[in-house]
Amino acid sequence: MKTYTCDVVVVGAGPGGSMAAKFCAQGGLQTIMIEKKAEIGAPLRCAEGVSKKWLQEVGIEPDPSWIRADMVGAVIRSPSGYTFKLDESKAGSEVGYVLERHLFDKALARDAVKAGSKIMLRTSCTDVIRENGKLVGIKAKCMGEEIEIRSRVIIAADGYESQVGRWAGIETKLALNDIDSCLQYRMVNADIDPDYCEFIIGRSVAPGGYLWIFPKGNGTANVGIGIIGTECNNGEAKTYLDKFIDTDPRFKNSQAVEVMGGFVSTCPGLDCAVDDNIILVGDAARIIDPITGGGICHACRTGMYAGKVLTECAKTGDFSKKALMPYEKMWRDRMEDKLYRNWMAKERLATLDDETIDEVVKLISGSDIKEVNVYNLLRVIKERFPKVVEGFEDLI
Amino acid sequence: MIVDVNKCLHCGGCVGSCPTNAIFLNDFVLEFNNRCNRCGRCVKLCPVHALTLEAKQ
Repeated sequence: MKTYTCDVVVVGAGPGGSMAAKFCAQGGLQTIMIEKKAEIGAPLRCAEGVSKKWLQEVGIEPDPSWIRADMVGAVIRSPSGYTFKLDESKAGSEVGYVLERHLFDKALARDAVKAGSKIMLRTSCTDVIRENGKLVGIKAKCMGEEIEIRSRVIIAADGYESQVGRWAGIETKLALNDIDSCLQYRMVNADIDPDYCEFIIGRSVAPGGYLWIFPKGNGTANVGIGIIGTECNNGEAKTYLDKFIDTDPRFKNSQAVEVMGGFVSTCPGLDCAVDDNIILVGDAARIIDPITGGGICHACRTGMYAGKVLTECAKTGDFSKKALMPYEKMWRDRMEDKLYRNWMAKERLATLDDETIDEVVKLISGSDIKEVNVYNLLRVIKERFPKVVEGFEDLI
Repeated sequence: MIVDVNKCLHCGGCVGSCPTNAIFLNDFVLEFNNRCNRCGRCVKLCPVHALTLEAKQ
């Protein structure tokens, strides 16, 4: 069996993996990043909408090659058609770009390579290797051939599937209400506003989740749906999405050119995303905004934190759980409060009936919010519908 | 587990949702190992209804 040796093996070449690989390699660590697919960034499993502010935070320079559309704002639509339109002056950090993920992911992988990381495509992790109780690497299949990659530490960036962590003994199991089952079509020739991302909420449209329309220029859009796990029984995601597209006049002359599935977790992150010789980043660590299902910025941040912490650890050669705990502190300090607050808001939103959602959207569209973000929206809702935010008022 | 290969989109949602980590997605093929306890969660969650529980033998 062929054996490779390195300091860090990164499982998964999505944004989290590539950022981690980049910062590890920059820190002088011998880094191998593996990707089970034949192409980084494809097939797509993403709605491709991101906000803008965080890019600078993680050192990514916006590049026209992977920005498909620059959004002017966003529209939130209630089941009865009440809308709340926010433009860029109000929308703050909540709107931004619609990406070309297959190019974005490759750009981040290129940065990892520039920093010195190796990449192995068509290489899927099949288990971790333990010797005398200690994690010493992974087993993988590379182009069908069984291999071992021996490393001092593993970065699990395997996305929603999050199997590497479980093999290593970190529980990543989700409660049914913290799972969203999603389906998306790439629609063409649609009669949509090219400048606004649209979010449609309500039980009759997308139980416990939402339906999105993210424009990609020239009448093309990602049109998708996420449905809370507790409401799924029988392919509901497809049923609800098809019903919407069949009845919305904007898609009368539109057809799908691509269909994709994908899941997101909607919990506030793992209890602990590190253990001896392993770090989980991004979706694999269940670090996703529970309201929007947005994970790219969280994956990039956690990937960067992982790389920085491992660079420090390499100085002493200590990759124990205790030595990796600064990673835990970094992501929690930066994101935990917001993740927890949005998780509570998600839990509550999932219980609201359509009439209440209509009222809430009417309320916020009549309010004078200077900068619209989930936080400020919840503050307005708190005044009129205190029951909606009961239990987590302190975070608002 | 019966996988309808004509419907499965290889999204990996069932893999990440499985409480016993019994599902594997490699080379665009879904595989179930003997840790599967027939809880049916994957069947319910699949966005395109590509999974069906086999009748118990």
